[in-house]
Amino acid sequence: MLLTFEGRDYELRPGESVLEGMARHGVGLPSACRAGSCQACLVRAVRGDPGPDAHRGLKETWRECGYFLACVARPASDLTVAQPGSDVFTPATLSALHWLVPGVLRVRLRPERPIGFRGGQHLTLSRGDGVTRSYSVANLPAEAERVGLEFHVRVYPGGAMSEWLARARPGARLRIGAPAGECFYTPGNPGRTLLLAGTGTGIGPLMAIAKDALARHHAGPIVLIHGAARPAGLYLGTRCPDLETGCPPGSQQAITTAKVSWQTCVLSDGADIEEVVNREYAALGDRTRTAKAYLCGGSGSVTRMRRALFMAGMSLADIHADQFTAAAS
Amino acid sequence: MTTQSTLYDRLGGSLAIRPVTEAFYRKVLADDLLASYFDDVDMDRQIAKQAAFLTVALGGPNNYSGRDLRVAHSSLGELKDEHFDKVVAHLAQTLREFGVGDEDIAAVGAVAESVRNDVLNR
Repeated sequence: MLLTFEGRDYELRPGESVLEGMARHGVGLPSACRAGSCQACLVRAVRGDPGPDAHRGLKETWRECGYFLACVARPASDLTVAQPGSDVFTPATLSALHWLVPGVLRVRLRPERPIGFRGGQHLTLSRGDGVTRSYSVANLPAEAERVGLEFHVRVYPGGAMSEWLARARPGARLRIGAPAGECFYTPGNPGRTLLLAGTGTGIGPLMAIAKDALARHHAGPIVLIHGAARPAGLYLGTRCPDLETGCPPGSQQAITTAKVSWQTCVLSDGADIEEVVNREYAALGDRTRTAKAYLCGGSGSVTRMRRALFMAGMSLADIHADQFTAAAS
Repeated sequence: MTTQSTLYDRLGGSLAIRPVTEAFYRKVLADDLLASYFDDVDMDRQIAKQAAFLTVALGGPNNYSGRDLRVAHSSLGELKDEHFDKVVAHLAQTLREFGVGDEDIAAVGAVAESVRNDVLNR
């Protein structure tokens, strides 16, 4: 059988792992334990089935993105493999700009063709001059087909992309990269509790994840927590926003039994968001066993929340985190 | 004599490695003597490395080069025997909590002992 990688075909022997086969042809993929434990050899199947053992121990979100472990993958048929995160572009037009609060811009884009992504994933936006930045999508594909892809953008003084967006006019052209990120809802246990906590514009992708969960008939409690450095940063307000708009128009999915709670905290009051997260996690009691956490926002707060949940007993496999980092200038 | 199964197999193979590694790492992070060394460490990468090491220490497939153990710890400067002993003690306690017997724990301890000088850079 044939293995295709970066445009070249490599012959794979029966029973040989993807990692072994590539190494035999002189292509070294990153690896460490070579026994399916450490996940250093993570790659993505673009086409074909990497075999039944290829996904063991991986988060469902990674499986859905096609990720598998090259060291234990023994495909029975042809397979096309890519490095994690390789990209393709879709042209798009800026359709609307709206200041949610000073410093936070809601950006809407119309791609030339629909982009398949999952609520909570991020896309790269590239200008004609090559400047490229990654932003999380704040709505869902069905909603995006009606109003455009929506992004909540923190505008930084001197930010190469964000300041340009703040001055841009509808009609401006951009290119959109392939969706990436493993911070999205996975069906399979509709009764579990979802703990979604974010700082700043991290609440954007979390809203998309919550909408996606409801659209996919999630029935368990959904706990949303938004933290910001200043009261004005709580740009979606202190009461729970409408999450039903995530449903496709005319669908019968709008009625949900999920109990959604919404909390906000101002971090300058001496409150740390990880304390709120820890308190909510502890309050879950027995429900912690099946709970999933989604964390988005600045890297410092995401790291602290993730560590707090891990130390409280949550497996890293149940914590989906997306850290926003400022681009190096 | 039949082939003896390894502790790695008896614990459940690769699927058991991550829960054991997470429980072990949790103990290390909760230890005041050790926690500060991990402040700036990426948790995913750290757990991946510890999982790779544990796979070998528990008798699983041995593909771990281990050659970067010395390099990885060399920048931590003042690491002493007491740090190493505590980490090994946390590993032993973790295995105990997963139902591993004393004899197996001693065997894992011996593998850990074999890298003491690499970790302590001497």
